[in-house]
Amino acid sequence: MSERVVELEVLRYNPETDQEPHFQRYSVPCREEWVVLDALNYVKENLDPTLSYRWSCHMAVCGSCGMMINGEPKLACKSFVRDYQGVIRVEPLRHFPIERDLVTVIDDFVAKLARVKPYLIPKDEKSLEAGEYRQTPAQLKRYKQFTLCINCMLCYAACPEYGLIPKYLGPAAIALGHRWNQDSRDGGRDQRQEELAATEGAWECSFVGACSEVCPEHVDPAGAIQQVKIKSTVDWYQEHLMPWLNK
Amino acid sequence: METVSSDVAIIGAGGAGLRAAIALAEADPKLRVALVSKVYPMRSHTCAAEGGAAGVIKPDDSLDHHFNDTVGGGDWLCDQDAVDYLVREAPRELIQLEHWGCPWSREPDGSVAVRPFGGMKKQRTWFAADKSGFHILHTLFQTSLKYPSIERFDEYYATELLVDDGRCQGLTAIEMRSGQMRQFRARAVIIAGGGAGRMFPFTTNGAIKTGDGMALAYRAGVPLKDMEFVQYHPTGLPSTGTLLTEACRGEGGVLLNRNGRRFLQDYGMGPETPLGKPVLKTMELGPRDRVSQAFWHEQQKGNMVPTQWGDAMLLDMRHLGEKKINERLPLVRDMSISYMSVDPVTDPVPVRPVVHYMMGGIHTDIRAATPLAGLYAAGECACVSINGANRLGSNSLTELLVFGRRAALSAAEYLASGARPGNDAALETRAQQAQGRIRELFQRTGGRESIAGLRKEMMRTLEQNAGIYRSGEGLAEASAKLAELRRRYAAIELHDKTNVYNTDLLQALELGSMLDCAEALVVSALERKESRGAHQRLDFAERDDQRYLKHSLAHYRGGDAPRVDYLDVVITKSQPGVRDYSGDHE
Repeated sequence: MSERVVELEVLRYNPETDQEPHFQRYSVPCREEWVVLDALNYVKENLDPTLSYRWSCHMAVCGSCGMMINGEPKLACKSFVRDYQGVIRVEPLRHFPIERDLVTVIDDFVAKLARVKPYLIPKDEKSLEAGEYRQTPAQLKRYKQFTLCINCMLCYAACPEYGLIPKYLGPAAIALGHRWNQDSRDGGRDQRQEELAATEGAWECSFVGACSEVCPEHVDPAGAIQQVKIKSTVDWYQEHLMPWLNK
Repeated sequence: METVSSDVAIIGAGGAGLRAAIALAEADPKLRVALVSKVYPMRSHTCAAEGGAAGVIKPDDSLDHHFNDTVGGGDWLCDQDAVDYLVREAPRELIQLEHWGCPWSREPDGSVAVRPFGGMKKQRTWFAADKSGFHILHTLFQTSLKYPSIERFDEYYATELLVDDGRCQGLTAIEMRSGQMRQFRARAVIIAGGGAGRMFPFTTNGAIKTGDGMALAYRAGVPLKDMEFVQYHPTGLPSTGTLLTEACRGEGGVLLNRNGRRFLQDYGMGPETPLGKPVLKTMELGPRDRVSQAFWHEQQKGNMVPTQWGDAMLLDMRHLGEKKINERLPLVRDMSISYMSVDPVTDPVPVRPVVHYMMGGIHTDIRAATPLAGLYAAGECACVSINGANRLGSNSLTELLVFGRRAALSAAEYLASGARPGNDAALETRAQQAQGRIRELFQRTGGRESIAGLRKEMMRTLEQNAGIYRSGEGLAEASAKLAELRRRYAAIELHDKTNVYNTDLLQALELGSMLDCAEALVVSALERKESRGAHQRLDFAERDDQRYLKHSLAHYRGGDAPRVDYLDVVITKSQPGVRDYSGDHE
């Protein structure tokens, strides 16, 4: 079994004892198949029980372990040590306040998720006794990709707009709102537009596309945001230039 | 100490906790619900469930079929009134999720699609590709945001239940962000804290699955039921324990030994079925306990494939083709490539049995009520029991929906029955005592143990002595070892004595939960001198219905080992019989 000693440089910050964040270095004997999370767990178990970070599933579905690895937003459970040469630098996700070490404060993100009304607002009410809504595989496909978001927030760490304008709704929340708008069972688009098509919604995006590049689940939030813009433009034309089309 | 008052407090915000919260909000919007969870809801381990949720919906199926599959699959240790309730409520709950927007996979005509699953005679597993649990969890979480009566307390670790006057009236919890203790006063409490697979070193369970909810109830005097029944899922990746869903076999994947033989036919699950044409309830679609046990026997015979992580069998999906694998099993392909460097489209994937699910848990009745007034439990942390001695794949997602809702309705009925007001002074004293216990842990000095070291010893003990096959000798050894570990644990000292997001403290408390659960498991296993479902004794190889057609109940006794007594299984219409997974029957 091949092992390699890897130098991990981890950002440490404890608000009770530290004036400023600083880096701490650990030498970790890593196995070939290890991910960065395994290396952090090695540190926690063998070298330094005071290191704090979030993790759970180790299979890229719970979204807990997003962090900056050599400057890029990554899931620690899906970043293989073998893909890095030299020192691996691990920092908390960019654009979020640090709570402690690699743990960030994510209140802003969680509040934004709720703002887009991410639940079915039925087009037609149906009783449970009447069975399921019909939805063809083609209709499912229209929104399925946008359901895959694991809320890991890598896209917020990658997004330059969010870094500049913290009020920006941001990639994952807009993609989530769009997911519900695209669902054939849903009739709540009008209620979501206020958030999605606001200045601090989709129009804040300058289409850098970094969100889609870093997304570990290939949700393509940038694509969702552009679709929201197009739809909101159509709305504008209908409202202002073709008022007779309004309901 | 800051006090949060609500009508119902729920511990755990995974599938069961969220379902309960929504049910309460819908039952009565005036009920204030405090949803207390050690992680943000979407981190809960429900997200890792892959295969799907069972519920009768297709015309060729029936509630009786689902009932019989479940009861037989559970080796007749299920309470049949509870199974009856589960199968009756299942379709309604799954349709409810559909109405909340769950992206279930579909048939061409737009109706919900179902897939075959192990031990199920008909196709009845609703699925959303191979991320069913993920979609259920996110659908529930997002839907819960609609209800203003649900107040979330994310990243609060519950330390104790507040019990006074013979009733559960709240809990204490540490806010991770500040390290401060809060007391949650509630007229009823629902525990939905998940399983405890992390007691074992090789598990599909995420880091958070440390039996905290079980331990809370256990220490408050509620027995843990059937803890000796631990499910090994047959197909985990040997490197990480990552689960490859049973749907791999439902879709037609087969299991091979090193000689390329589909060896399940040699263990009562034959004859061999045609490749790519899976037959329900036989061969690769046998139940998990039997398939994992067959692996063990093949391993004893030297028929397994050695890997650097130990012996493995081969899960061959190549004949499914790239299109089907991408469509039905995208996560499986992604993970096999990521964590094992094997592409299932071109090569068989090495897999081995891995600890997956606790059939046992907090003793509840069919109403999800525990023997402690005001306390309810649902999901993996609870034992109703619908799983008996072996859970069938895709029954647990259904269970957390059906009994999450049931727990909420029972709690609401209890509130409506007019629970007396609590004794504030007595509750305050209890909360202060709970805080005192955490303070004492913080102030303790002179400890020589490492939390990680004790945890490793616990894991090794369980893996060696409480695995797929067990013996009286090994279990007795494990029981003595766990008693020793619990003594040593009582003297641990924290390395980190700061307040903000202190994971040294968190892991210490989680270890305490796991040690208590582990002892209940091992002592219950030692006492059960028979083999049934997932509990296989080399020294008592047969099922013994005369003595053990009963649930075990492990009662907490502080520093001493638990006392185990028994409760009759509820049998309504299916008398214990032979579990037949040969393809020859009928």
